[in-house]
Amino acid sequence: MEALIAHEVTKRYSQHLALDRVSLAIPAQTIFGLLGPNGAGKTTLIRIINQIIQADEGTITLFGERLQEKHIGTIGYLPEERGLYKKMRVGEQLIYFAQLKGLSRQEAVARSKAWITKFEIKEWWNKKVEDLSKGMAQKVQFISTVMHEPRLIILDEPFSGFDPINAQLITKEILELKEKGCTIIFSTHRMETVEDLCDHIALIDKSKKILEGSKRQVKETYRTHTYTVEHRGAFDLDAAKYRLIQQRIVEDNFYKSVIAVNDNSGPNQLLRDLIPVTEVHSFIEKIPTMSEIFITLVKGGNHE
Amino acid sequence: MNKIWLIMKREFLTRVQKRSFLIATILIPLIFPLIMGITVYFSSEQKRHAEKKEIQYVDESGLFVPDTSVFRFKPFPGNFSQARLLLDADSNAVGTLLHIPKLDVMRPAGITLYGKTNLSPSDIASLEQMLEDRIRDVKMKQLKVDQKLLDELKTDVSIEAITVTEGGHEEASDSTILFGMGMACGILMYMFIFIYGAQIMQGVIEEKSSKVVEIIVSSVRPFQLMMGKILGLASVGLLQFLIWIILITVVSTTLLTYFGVSMPQQQMLEEVGRQYPDTAAAQNYAVASFMKIWDQIPLTYVILNFLFYFLGGYLLYGALFAAVGAAVDSPAEAQQFMFPITIPMLIAYLSLFAFVLEDHDSAISVWLSIIPFTAPITMIGRLGFGVPWWQLLLSQGLLILGFIFTTWAAGRIYRIGILMHGAKVNYRVLLKWFLMRN
Repeated sequence: MEALIAHEVTKRYSQHLALDRVSLAIPAQTIFGLLGPNGAGKTTLIRIINQIIQADEGTITLFGERLQEKHIGTIGYLPEERGLYKKMRVGEQLIYFAQLKGLSRQEAVARSKAWITKFEIKEWWNKKVEDLSKGMAQKVQFISTVMHEPRLIILDEPFSGFDPINAQLITKEILELKEKGCTIIFSTHRMETVEDLCDHIALIDKSKKILEGSKRQVKETYRTHTYTVEHRGAFDLDAAKYRLIQQRIVEDNFYKSVIAVNDNSGPNQLLRDLIPVTEVHSFIEKIPTMSEIFITLVKGGNHE
Repeated sequence: MNKIWLIMKREFLTRVQKRSFLIATILIPLIFPLIMGITVYFSSEQKRHAEKKEIQYVDESGLFVPDTSVFRFKPFPGNFSQARLLLDADSNAVGTLLHIPKLDVMRPAGITLYGKTNLSPSDIASLEQMLEDRIRDVKMKQLKVDQKLLDELKTDVSIEAITVTEGGHEEASDSTILFGMGMACGILMYMFIFIYGAQIMQGVIEEKSSKVVEIIVSSVRPFQLMMGKILGLASVGLLQFLIWIILITVVSTTLLTYFGVSMPQQQMLEEVGRQYPDTAAAQNYAVASFMKIWDQIPLTYVILNFLFYFLGGYLLYGALFAAVGAAVDSPAEAQQFMFPITIPMLIAYLSLFAFVLEDHDSAISVWLSIIPFTAPITMIGRLGFGVPWWQLLLSQGLLILGFIFTTWAAGRIYRIGILMHGAKVNYRVLLKWFLMRN
């Protein structure tokens, strides 16, 4: 089941095309990384999903239904530019936001109390937001994003402004929410976050989606069939089948070599060919990092 | 609808709970009378203690009888040519010198005032009045009118104007009181609309700059947010107005009771009249007519209309203020868009003083009080003088249409503006936002 399906979504501003026939399928109960350089159109897409603006063309389907007003309570949104009412007290503010999402006052009070207890920030209840540190405000903001138990949570750069301890706390929360059945969309530049947390990704560049799939699939697609081998004793390989990119001596007779397989014959064949000529100490496929894939694709630029 | 209500409630509560609201609400009705009292007190004190200006005079006509109630007159020791010599040598030597040459009372000419011109126009006017009176008396005597007749000729006339209302009732009216009331209501209206409109703008800018707006518009429509804000502040304004009315009533009643003048005015006047039968007669009449007119001003009618025009004018302008707030990133930038909002308000305000109160039935006054953008201030000024019901109805109907229109137009700018940060905004951009599809 797909949590969200975007079909041919297009958004035009007078000067430029913000989204050009973008289609996406976000599987339920996954963490979905929405990647792309600044100005690619991520925020526009997120705003369309949040019904802050409307698409010119195309449709959005949320849990099998056409996106509509009642879905406001189904989505939790943490914008990149965080914002709270500075003069308002933490408690009041949490209740207010939850009510705007459709919770009754009674329920809003109960849940916000539960959350601040969970985050061990009970003593902030009556503090004004302007008296909180940035990290504290971030926590409050996170609570307000998830308090109404949305089935789809959209987090725009969720870790900016968090120290490592709080980032870990939020990570734990996010994984817990996923376990409970939530679908989470991450919009981020931080590739390590994507590497660690995302199950699926989509890459948007210059208003177009240029890549989509599970992390595994993507890595498979952009696999370079390159292996790093540590071994004793130098060797040469059949130049028709292999390309020896680098062979570096580490100490004495120990080497580290990078080998590219030309005909995609796979790691086992390479191992078979290596064993007769050297003593293999370690053998590892060089899998491209998300960061490398991102840079290759965006810098390559030509995605027609 | 429920969400507009939530937003309205938040706006209302956060503002009402502020200390500044409490202070303004309680102090303003006390401060206004206090300032007025102090001003009146000091100006009368000053008048009483002000030193009379000294005027030296050379009277060659022999007619001049110095009246020392306004000036200190001192005959110049010597004749006019001596005075001139002295003046030519040193302009400070004589001060102010009044020269009355030998004159023909039928054609008095050549009366001159010399010296440093430190006399105000009103001083000169009273000097002229003094001389005119004197010359008239002399003429009368020459024409053989005797003194007794002269005294009897002096009459104090005070015209009692009667407004004939549509029901055919006769009501005494005094345009001075209506004038004052119209002016006060106009000023109050102007201030109210401006202060509350500016607060909307400030609130919008705050939400935009603190970025909280993005979270809110993911839960509510931008239009709901704008309406909630405008209505929330309107309710704050109404509450404040209500408290002021109650406070003023309570304070004035308490004061009147304290000074022991709570009895009905008529009775009070009779009492005063009995105690001072001669001197107070004329004054009593003036006070009585004042009270009579004050009683006849339909206060409920005025207050209800004031509330209507406040709400209407506030909604009309409030939406525009909200749109300006949405278009900019800081209050400083807002300045450039304030101009078109301020102009109609200023026109209404200035014309109220210039001619609307004076000439409340002239075509331009009528039109200004019908056009929605100027109506709140000008109509409230005209109200006391009696406004035909069709004008009132037309004006109010158009005001309602007017604020529906501005709210709609402002909403279109608002929905785009609140999401734009750091954009360079001018009127063309605003138009583009206005025309933009959702």
